[in-house]
Amino acid sequence: MTALTHLTMAEALDGLAKKEFTAVELTEAHVRAVEAVRPFNIFITETPDAALSMAKASDERRAKGEAGPMDGLPIAVKDLFCTKGVATTAGSRILDGFKPEYESTVTSQLWRDGAVMLGKVNLDEFAMGSATITAHQGETVSPWSPGAPGAWERKIVAGGSSGGSAAVIAARAALGATGTDTGGSIRQPAGYTGTVGIKPTYGRCSRWGIVAYASSLDQAGPMTRTVEDAAIMLRSMCGFDPKDSTSVDMPVPDFRAALTGDIRGLRVGIPKEYRAEGLSAEIAALWDQGIAWLKEAGAEPVEISLPHTKYALAAYYIIAPAEASSNLARYDGVRYGLRVEGGNLKEMYENTRGAGFGKEVQRRILIGTYVLSAGYYDAYYNKARQVRTRIKQDFDEAFKSCDVILTPTAPSTPFAIGEKMDDPVQMYLIDVFTVPVNLAGLPAMSIPAGLGADGLPLGLQLIGRPFDEETLLRVGQVVEKAADFTAVPPFVA
Amino acid sequence: MSLDKATVAKIAHLARIKVPDEELESLAGELSQILTFVEQLNEVDTQDVPPMTSVAAQKLRRRKDEVTDGGYAAQVLSNGPETAEGFYVVPKVVE
Repeated sequence: MTALTHLTMAEALDGLAKKEFTAVELTEAHVRAVEAVRPFNIFITETPDAALSMAKASDERRAKGEAGPMDGLPIAVKDLFCTKGVATTAGSRILDGFKPEYESTVTSQLWRDGAVMLGKVNLDEFAMGSATITAHQGETVSPWSPGAPGAWERKIVAGGSSGGSAAVIAARAALGATGTDTGGSIRQPAGYTGTVGIKPTYGRCSRWGIVAYASSLDQAGPMTRTVEDAAIMLRSMCGFDPKDSTSVDMPVPDFRAALTGDIRGLRVGIPKEYRAEGLSAEIAALWDQGIAWLKEAGAEPVEISLPHTKYALAAYYIIAPAEASSNLARYDGVRYGLRVEGGNLKEMYENTRGAGFGKEVQRRILIGTYVLSAGYYDAYYNKARQVRTRIKQDFDEAFKSCDVILTPTAPSTPFAIGEKMDDPVQMYLIDVFTVPVNLAGLPAMSIPAGLGADGLPLGLQLIGRPFDEETLLRVGQVVEKAADFTAVPPFVA
Repeated sequence: MSLDKATVAKIAHLARIKVPDEELESLAGELSQILTFVEQLNEVDTQDVPPMTSVAAQKLRRRKDEVTDGGYAAQVLSNGPETAEGFYVVPKVVE
């Protein structure tokens, strides 16, 4: 039998149903795996006791015939989701000691459906980054790094900001993990680690109880090892929540039922602007391969144009910091987290925020404060919002002639920790293919599609119409089958 | 767009973030780099284009103005760095 930690969610559910193993056994195997991946600095907080008691409760439910759709599946939670009584840090010193008195809607739905929490995993501070290197708790190392843990030849990044979530699945220390995606933070780390990640349509998953970065762009989603698993987990995470004013009141489909494998006649848009200069030959070849796979399965590739693509990053780096500067105003040393005293209230605020926020977060708050300040609001913030409308219109127009869009997930394979760190703009460019999707509020996913010449994973991205995650998943599974990505990282738990 | 040290100090003050004087120079450089990067937006014709206010095609819901939650002050205060008698404590603001 396959090691319990190497099962997919679908296989694990099957094994649990057939009584081949118990949820406690499955969880114990994962708790040991969580210990084994400690050199990679993936977990910020491990919760083995909670995991085992949740697993025990799961076995009891199953014995009574009351098992939920994810019952007994051990998962990890990005440390951006508030979890009742369990430290929630957002990777920041400013949330030092914070233990929420409430549970985020998304995680409460996962527990409702029987999932088991292994712990809270690392991210870029406040989800602001593309490499999981900026957290106060240190950087996460990808299990794809060549060499033995502790004596790595190169320490490869797991991508970000949901890098802990991606790394924990790739290392076989959890069957799935929650992520959040503001500009690519689920899809890019999924691409970098050979895993599957979905950013659902804006409004599909409740944002309530998730530490906010940029509220008009943030969206939670599942990260797993297969498309089918993503469908299972997405169903539990979605759903209307009156506590989030932008949550959309729509029925949640059985996403797994959409995986028919039949994409005959489907029109797949290939945006010509994504062939921008600088796209490596390796990525271009993978993309062409993806187009060929879909064609073989009966789909019809069509060239489309998204003319404002090149402006998406610039618009994003005004809108996201602007919203962040407002959202992060709440960390003032009064109600939760760190307080650094000062001579008066204002000094206390300034000292707390100066010591509590890391460099990248401070940079983004300052940019956001600047573009929202009197005299610059129209020139920067309103201009960016107008360009955002243009980008959305591009997609609306494109979807008149296609049903789904195929692109690469990232412009290159993952880099080593220490590279690209001196120039913030260079780091931002990694998200060039993922950011437009958030600006337009669309669903998208990354599927592992191959390995680069350096032996590191590469992903392909699919972008769908609003609330058409089903087509996305159906096409995603066709790509997955054609790619037959069976590579595992040099280290697995 | 290039920001000088004084402007960065002013923004930092508005954002209530203490930035040591010796870091203002390098921060001004980094922020200027980002602002230069975003200036390419001026190439886009946005005449008569409405600024996006909501990406989802729906209006904000309305609800009844009524109390639906609350009554647990101790839990609300439980994470406060300093609290007393049901209040958060802050440095004195009025002499």
